[in-house]
Amino acid sequence: MPEITLIEALRQAMDEELARDPRVFIVGEDVGQRGGVFRATQGLYEKYGETRLIDSPLAELSIMAVGIGAAMADLRPICEIQFADFIYPAFNQIVNEGSRMYYRSNGAWCVPMVIRVPYGGGIGGGLYHSQSIEAYFSHVPGLKIVVPSTPHDAKGLLKSAVRDPNPVMVLEPKKGYRAITGEIPDGEYTVPIGPARIAREGRDISVFAYGMMAYYAAQAAETVAQEGIDAEVVDLRTLLPLDKDAIVNSVKKTGKALIVHEDTLTMGYGAEVAAVIANDGFEYLDGPVRRLTGPDVPGVPFSHGMQDFFMPNPDTIAAAIRDLMGY
Amino acid sequence: MAVNSTLRPAMRLAESTLREMYWFMLLSRRLDERAWAIHRQGRIAFHISAIGQEATQVAAAFAINRGVDYVAPYYRDLALMLALGMPPEDFMLSLFGKHDISSGGRQMPFHWSYKNLNVISGSAVVTTQVPQAAGLAFAIQYRQRCGMVDPADATQPRLALTCLGEGSTSQGEWHEGMNWAGVHKLPMICLVQNNMYAISEKTDQQMAVANVADRASAYGVPGVVVDGNDVLAVYDAMAAAVERAYNGDGATLLEAKMYRITPHSSDDDDRTYRSREEVEQWKARDAIPRFKQYLIGEGILSQADADAYDARARAEVDRAQQVADSAPMPAPEEALGDLYAPSDAD
Ligand SMILES: Cc1ncc(C[n+]2csc(CCOP(=O)(O)OP(=O)(O)O)c2C)c(N)n1
Ligand SMILES: [Mg+2]
Repeated sequence: MPEITLIEALRQAMDEELARDPRVFIVGEDVGQRGGVFRATQGLYEKYGETRLIDSPLAELSIMAVGIGAAMADLRPICEIQFADFIYPAFNQIVNEGSRMYYRSNGAWCVPMVIRVPYGGGIGGGLYHSQSIEAYFSHVPGLKIVVPSTPHDAKGLLKSAVRDPNPVMVLEPKKGYRAITGEIPDGEYTVPIGPARIAREGRDISVFAYGMMAYYAAQAAETVAQEGIDAEVVDLRTLLPLDKDAIVNSVKKTGKALIVHEDTLTMGYGAEVAAVIANDGFEYLDGPVRRLTGPDVPGVPFSHGMQDFFMPNPDTIAAAIRDLMGY
Repeated sequence: MAVNSTLRPAMRLAESTLREMYWFMLLSRRLDERAWAIHRQGRIAFHISAIGQEATQVAAAFAINRGVDYVAPYYRDLALMLALGMPPEDFMLSLFGKHDISSGGRQMPFHWSYKNLNVISGSAVVTTQVPQAAGLAFAIQYRQRCGMVDPADATQPRLALTCLGEGSTSQGEWHEGMNWAGVHKLPMICLVQNNMYAISEKTDQQMAVANVADRASAYGVPGVVVDGNDVLAVYDAMAAAVERAYNGDGATLLEAKMYRITPHSSDDDDRTYRSREEVEQWKARDAIPRFKQYLIGEGILSQADADAYDARARAEVDRAQQVADSAPMPAPEEALGDLYAPSDAD
């Protein structure tokens, strides 16, 4: 099995889906000749041409709305938002339109579209190139949200997203685009939207994370393993709809739950995970449900020291594991 | 009879088609009046009226390939929907919150959705349909460019028509949708129904130019103003826009001027912001009697025909209401359905 980067996995998924289905096209800012500002679509313009790789006007809501309209006309758009921080102009189209279409039309109109969104901090991007946006969108019934943390899942989930008849947002941990590498199978495969993944089995404590934090949590788990703590890492990978069974089953085994995300604390995604554990896993707990997150401030600061202070990392995750184990 | 192609498009319409257009204007008016009546009786919660806009809407429907070309309408498009093929009883079902085709009772009335007629579902958020219509038009162009369809195949959608009010053109969504249509030379028609009001606000509170159509040059598309109470003039303007779209020449911004005869909706009191004299003046320009007189004058419609149409419209409205009256309410649990499309919906 070849070892590739996370962004190469995404690129392969798009290449294969473009080749498989002539209805698939890619639209976004600089996705054509430039191959995307992160190079996710590199080489695809040369291969598939300007009809299928569309450099959009610099206007996010219309990227989304044109995607919605094209999806309703039975095409399969992959819409790229250049940075998660710039998705808010499209909020109305995603929340009020794309995600509500199937329900509001009594099941008549589907919106089979993909919304690719590079997100997250730690890349020196400051307040407006670092944001995590999952909390806003995971409150939207009708939308699906996936967050891969490995090349294997990145490729398999993106391919599933293209084939799904619903709007699927793919949150891509951009710090991991090249930092995260891994093996992928030769040939065709998909990863189903929905099930979480046990990234590391363990008996003592459950760590729930996704995206870059799942990658870091796995590192932290290896560190504490040397101290005799057997941590289980659950990579949630699909945030909407949430795999509640995987969460409860893990807590049932370990009795302790630590939730990690880089988004800010209050009303963050971890609150929902904690609520699921409180409701369905209460009797298995032998400690408080803890959250390790970014602090409640308006953004990830630019200056290095402040940025690193904001972001959870393998060391702070290991420390939070030790702390909860000591409860 | 050979069709004289030098005549303006409306003059090429068959007499039976002209009578049909009159019929839909009349049917829309009578249904609309019935909705006001049953609202006054407290039988329905809400009504928002198309009175004064029927001529434009029916002309627009008849100019496109009805039921095939994509339509992204707005809430006031009752006459447009009827002319496209919406069953009148479906409108009545929606007024009562019953099992209408559009949304199964989930949406308020006037949120049209008819997949079989290629009418896409709309929300209550004004103008969201305009950039979506650009997406529909984009899909048409994409299919043609990829060789998936023959551009001349009239069984396939060849343009996207979208409608909205003049106030709604102040939204950024309108700009972004028009810009896409212009940049990509899309087969799209944006039909602005300028009824001079956005609830209470007048046109000069929405924009610093006299016409919405004046903005067309910013998008590289033609901007056309037409008398929205002149059904044949609207038809002519629409026909030109349709021809542009079908020929791959791009989008058109068409602004039909008219007047909102009724309050904004059943929840509005328009006496708080406009005079009765003004309303009466515009009522005198009503497009329906105007078109009727024209048809009678041309010998296309007899007074007896007109009387028969009146009776038929009344019967049709009664029948539609009867169907809706006797239909069951949706089961409360239907609130939980259709969260996600199943995978085999693809
Ligand atoms: C985004 C948004 N803001 C406000 C409203 C409330 N609203 C509904 S219709 C309307 C006026 C629309 O006027 P216009 O576009 O001229 O259409 P008309 O009703 O006159 O046909 C307003 C303010 C809304 N539905 N959506
Ligand atoms: Mg208006």
